Amino acid sequence: MSVLVYIDHSDGHIKKSSFEALSYGAAVAKQLGLPAEALLLGTVTDDLSALGKYGVATIQQVNNDSLNHLDAQVQTKVIAEAVQSTGATIVVFSHNQTGKALAPRVAASLKAGLVTGAVALPDTSSGFVVKKSVFSGKAFANVNITSPVKVISLNPNSYKTVAGDDKPASVNLLNIAVEDSRVKVTAVNKVKGEVPLTEADIVVSGGRGLKGPENWGIVEDLAHALHAATACSRPVADSHWRPHHEHVGQTGIQIAPNLYIAIGISGAIQHLAGVNRSKHIVVINKDPEAPFFKAADYGIVGDAFDVVPKLTEEIKKIRQ
Amino acid sequence: MKILVCISKTPDTTSKIAFKDNNTKFEEAGVQWIINPYDEWYSLVRAIELKEKDPSVIIHLVTVGTADAEPVIRKALALGGDEAIRINATSDDSFYVGSQIAEIAKQGGYDLIFTGKETIDYNGSAIGGIIAELLDVPYVSLATKFDLNGDVATVTREIDGGEEVAEIKLPLVVSCAKGVAEQRIPNMRGIMAARTKPLKAVEPAAVDALTTIASYELPPAKAGVKLIPADNVAELVRLLHEEAKVI
Ligand SMILES: Cc1cc2nc3c(=O)[nH]c(=O)nc-3n(C[C@H](O)[C@H](O)[C@H](O)COP(=O)(O)OP(=O)(O)OC[C@H]3O[C@@H](n4cnc5c(N)ncnc54)[C@H](O)[C@@H]3O)c2cc1C
Repeated sequence: MSVLVYIDHSDGHIKKSSFEALSYGAAVAKQLGLPAEALLLGTVTDDLSALGKYGVATIQQVNNDSLNHLDAQVQTKVIAEAVQSTGATIVVFSHNQTGKALAPRVAASLKAGLVTGAVALPDTSSGFVVKKSVFSGKAFANVNITSPVKVISLNPNSYKTVAGDDKPASVNLLNIAVEDSRVKVTAVNKVKGEVPLTEADIVVSGGRGLKGPENWGIVEDLAHALHAATACSRPVADSHWRPHHEHVGQTGIQIAPNLYIAIGISGAIQHLAGVNRSKHIVVINKDPEAPFFKAADYGIVGDAFDVVPKLTEEIKKIRQ
Repeated sequence: MKILVCISKTPDTTSKIAFKDNNTKFEEAGVQWIINPYDEWYSLVRAIELKEKDPSVIIHLVTVGTADAEPVIRKALALGGDEAIRINATSDDSFYVGSQIAEIAKQGGYDLIFTGKETIDYNGSAIGGIIAELLDVPYVSLATKFDLNGDVATVTREIDGGEEVAEIKLPLVVSCAKGVAEQRIPNMRGIMAARTKPLKAVEPAAVDALTTIASYELPPAKAGVKLIPADNVAELVRLLHEEAKVI
């Protein structure tokens, strides 16, 4: 019996969400008195032994380069075999794009109960109860997994990375056959230099109050000063002022950054559903009656075109 | 070409979220039910568009739900689709629901199965993956574009920080996100036609759920907003730096 954490990587680097998953998996293992291990499919340039500081003793690696690319069907077979050969009973993923493709397949393959979007450590005092976000961030459900093998995917930014002493992890190569993929990838388009929205600590978001796409410079400048990702409300994406992948809310992406700055967004219930798990919310809106102020921690009633450039200047001052 | 579109009923996006029976059940009183937006706007509409291009395409809708799911299924049929199957069970666990739909999919011999990227109530994002695994076919999650050329699909999907385009031979399971299609409003003819489209109820297969919901809770209430005057932006920065410690 052990806890096995899936390590997600791209372009040779381990993703930040995986450090959270490793910290989480190590804590679950400690709680149950089990060893914590990690599973890496493919190869990375990062130093694997350094992952020991997140509390895992062993990295199980299937070092086949064809696995650097995600095909959920192919990877699931490899993961299922790794789970069997290591005797893992709890498998942890990040609830990001990769985890959403893999966790359900792996759970079905192992006949394991699945909780996606976990936000806290399991309560194991009676059963194995995992708290997850439901109703698009408006509530939580405590879900009891009743099967012997369990699969959990952890919401990004929900569990703090815990880096302890630098005890290096050992790497163990697993010899598992990899099937040919039935998926032929023809193009990969990555937005260069931008912080991915779901992994960002700070998000600066604009709404219809900004009047048009030509005014997004002030949003981008602020985001740049804060090393933040940018987001937008639904009508902004629907009017093609901003790309669809920036749309947050009930029908867009749900995020939980440390800081969410909403500029010219009214705070409709469907918008809040995507952002209300943010740790701190700042609202800048010229209408003092805007509903968003009720969900905010800090607010400025004022004209975005006046306030936002000043805010960017002040941020630059303290960042210097 | 046979397409199976998975439909779920969810509370309207403006519904008040409250719980009853010692926080173990969702309070359904006064709630308006809608088709899960991802199922409706993206997967169902895209299936209908494929049929408009090629009328030989057959679209079946499937839902796991008790009889009170039928009005929502009729609404979906008003948008399009040839017939609907309701698996007569409550849908409380992803593995249970995925297994039921996989069973229907095996019997019906579908080339393509669409789900929404997630439901807006349980936010599982799991059903498509479970169906694909049980059928042992490829799965594209979070698709933002879907095209078909004979029996080869060209699908764009979200990846962290970008997108990926791939070609895959059917059969295939796809979970649809924004971009796959545009929302449509049903017309009068569709609503009339939906009344006579076949909607058959079938009993569920014997499958055990692997999770149960122990309880629900609401997030703690916010302390209230601190307002900072617009001419003192420096104070906001100070608070974010010293009080919230986020910058
Ligand atoms: C089923 C359904 C699902 C939906 N899903 C989503 C979703 O996922 N995400 C989402 O965002 N929306 C969603 N919506 C839409 C949602 O209801 C709102 O219509 C939308 O969020 C409003 O966007 P907005 O705040 O940008 O625009 P508005 O509501 O038009 O608000 C603009 C705000 O800008 C302020 N403003 C104007 N000028 C200035 C200025 N110069 N300076 C400062 N402030 C200014 C105004 O006071 C106003 O508060 C959904 C709706 C439905 C029905």
